Amino acid sequence: MKFIQECPADATADLVYRVCPMHLLEPAELLKDLKPGQVLEILTDYDGALEDIPAWCAKHGQEFLGLCEDDCNDCYKLYIRKVA
Amino acid sequence: MSIAYFDHAAATPVRPEVLEEMLPYFRERFGNPSAVYDLGSVIKEVLEEQRAKVARLLGARPQEIIFTSSGAEANNLAVKGAALAHLKKGRHVIVSGIEHHSVLNAARYLEKFHDFEATFLPVDRFGQVDPERLRQALTPATVLVSIQVASNEIGTIQNIPALAAVCREAGVLFHTDAVAAAGQIPLNVEELGVDLLTLSGPALGGPKGVGALYFRKRLRLVPQIHGGIQEDGRRGGTENVPGIVGLGKAAELAATELADKGPYLASLRDRLVEGVLKAVPEVIYTGHPKRRLPGHASFCFEGVEGEALVFLLSRQGVYANTGSACASKALKVSPVLCAIGLSPAVAQGSLVFTLERSNTAADLEAVFTHLPPAVARLRSFSPVWHKKMAAGGAGP
Repeated sequence: MKFIQECPADATADLVYRVCPMHLLEPAELLKDLKPGQVLEILTDYDGALEDIPAWCAKHGQEFLGLCEDDCNDCYKLYIRKVA
Repeated sequence: MSIAYFDHAAATPVRPEVLEEMLPYFRERFGNPSAVYDLGSVIKEVLEEQRAKVARLLGARPQEIIFTSSGAEANNLAVKGAALAHLKKGRHVIVSGIEHHSVLNAARYLEKFHDFEATFLPVDRFGQVDPERLRQALTPATVLVSIQVASNEIGTIQNIPALAAVCREAGVLFHTDAVAAAGQIPLNVEELGVDLLTLSGPALGGPKGVGALYFRKRLRLVPQIHGGIQEDGRRGGTENVPGIVGLGKAAELAATELADKGPYLASLRDRLVEGVLKAVPEVIYTGHPKRRLPGHASFCFEGVEGEALVFLLSRQGVYANTGSACASKALKVSPVLCAIGLSPAVAQGSLVFTLERSNTAADLEAVFTHLPPAVARLRSFSPVWHKKMAAGGAGP
């Protein structure tokens, strides 16, 4: 698990309370609209995302930057940098 | 016997154009929109087209529409889903005392199972919620307010922009149940200033078994039906594709016809009200006389049981209702009529007419012919009425 500080993002996918596998489907859609180098932030309360999203990035050639916990909103924030 | 049907709020025929649009989705276009093959993906595209049509009716964005099984489900998702998604802020909801049972009971559910406090706001004698009274009811723990656009029982239209503005200033979510108002008056979510809005298919001339919830983009909702990724993971269950297609078509028609339909219904309604008030003594026209739905007329006949009146009229081919169809068999005095200050003896005699484009002047004549003798007959065996007459027949 790679923990980082909260960082600025170019787009956000708010997946809190939304069921699995939305945490994989919606980020994939949003990444299509980003340019290489831009960052996508994913908000989720789904523990499974902590493994699924890094694995999805590895499989699809995207850079997983890391995650942090957002205690105020009871969710995780995960960051992906678009590679291509 | 021809019928004069005035219970469109309870059920209305699916419009022929709507039915035509739906039929292929029961037969050759049967695919599941979640399937990855072409039979499914084309249906997914159809669903998104319907979402856009419903969004257009409301001045919303397609991604702000969730399809549901009914207005009641949409109200549940709005009240429970939004309140539970914002527990960090507090556990207080406010609803008006004259909401549909799906809102009232959703608020009671939050009280009973999630330690919420629910405030049931009073209304004035016309059924209006005072924005200042709403402001006073807000607390730092208030997460959601739900007040209907218009009442299905008394037709009164609320000042939603003013009520929603009070909530926006306080950072509180505002939901409105627009089931009774949809297809009768314009509904634009930006002009209304609401965060959530409920629609149902039948109210627009669409089929039963389908509804929709508008939710402002980025607003979090806890799903109330847990399942798969349908509706972007916010509402599980395979979509009712024919129903949604019907709702989409009905919304499209409503958007184009509203400008002509409202004045037509209002003119018919005004003639109905004038005729009934002239023909029957001791009758109260309930709800607001001006700020009301164009296709809505509601009365209370003192000394009469509304159920009996509905039954007698139906035997003459005139169909109306005592109030909300959901509660009409309960034989209880309507909480809405009590909330506007009517005594139980008067409220028992409730009769509601909900009009549609299919109603004509001939339907009104049927009411004028059959209503006065039906009321007179019921009053002739009413102890309440005889007592009143013996006391001098004073008005309510």
